Amino acid sequence: MIWSSFSEFVHMGGYGLYVWGSLGGTAGLMLIEMAWVKQSRSAVVRQITQEWTAAAVQAKEAQP
Amino acid sequence: MKSTIFHFAAPQNFYRLAGQLWPLFGVVALLLTAWGLWLGLCVAPIDFQQGQAYRIIFVHVPASWMSMVIYVVMAFWALLGLTFNTRLSGMMGQALAPTGAIFAFLSLWTGALWGKPMWGAWWVWDARLTSELILFFLYLGYIALTHAIDDPRRADKAGGILALVGALNVPVIYFSVQWWNTLHQGASVSITKGSSMAQPMLEAMLIMSLAFWMYAIAMGLYRVRLIILLRERHAHWVTQLPEFNSASQGVAA
Repeated sequence: MIWSSFSEFVHMGGYGLYVWGSLGGTAGLMLIEMAWVKQSRSAVVRQITQEWTAAAVQAKEAQP
Repeated sequence: MKSTIFHFAAPQNFYRLAGQLWPLFGVVALLLTAWGLWLGLCVAPIDFQQGQAYRIIFVHVPASWMSMVIYVVMAFWALLGLTFNTRLSGMMGQALAPTGAIFAFLSLWTGALWGKPMWGAWWVWDARLTSELILFFLYLGYIALTHAIDDPRRADKAGGILALVGALNVPVIYFSVQWWNTLHQGASVSITKGSSMAQPMLEAMLIMSLAFWMYAIAMGLYRVRLIILLRERHAHWVTQLPEFNSASQGVAA
């Protein structure tokens, strides 16, 4: 451990904004990407389910 | 071995395999990130020239490497798809492109945050920076092109050609610091000359690179499953998937 206090760690020798801006931006974009793919998956599953339901309803109505 | 490759080249089988593999890669990525950040932020000593600002490289270098690696992998899939007409190749390319674009953007973003305190500028029209910006635009162009074409086969072909032609830019990025007189520093780690960095710094950087690698694989596998589902939704095997259990019962009723 090279830091003697937490504030020294946050300060990063005066470069805190740049170091935490880089790390935070990276972590932020990765979290957004993870949320995005998860959301896309449920959207895809929902879309396919709706298509099938619509097809089933149509098939039923077509019967005499 | 050969029969295994052909087995998983079928989207139906690869869908299952990818579903089993992505959580593993995700967990490994998380563990490696924790280890790499600990080494990089709490163990590695201060740099005598750049002070604490040098710690940006622990995300900047892995993100930049991955932005290039992913593009090369996309070009490889494109070549495979264009020559053998394999179905999975185009899907793999499209599954990787968004992650590659994000890494290219992060390379530029963290580079700007490093450039401001070190060079006094967020951006310069340097050969390294400019070729990386072109890579970012190539990713965006690939995504836009493949999304603009409705027929998946034609979208794969067009995207594949763009991926292959654009791959010429990757060696330009890599060698830009040697070919031109750039403001961007030369490679700190080289295959031929080894590393010019202190041991814990190098370790942290390599562990973070491995972590980003695992993250990209997890993302690619997760996303390729979505593309497979969308393209194969009329196939019988999709209706049998547990995620559609309630829906398929509705159809049967």
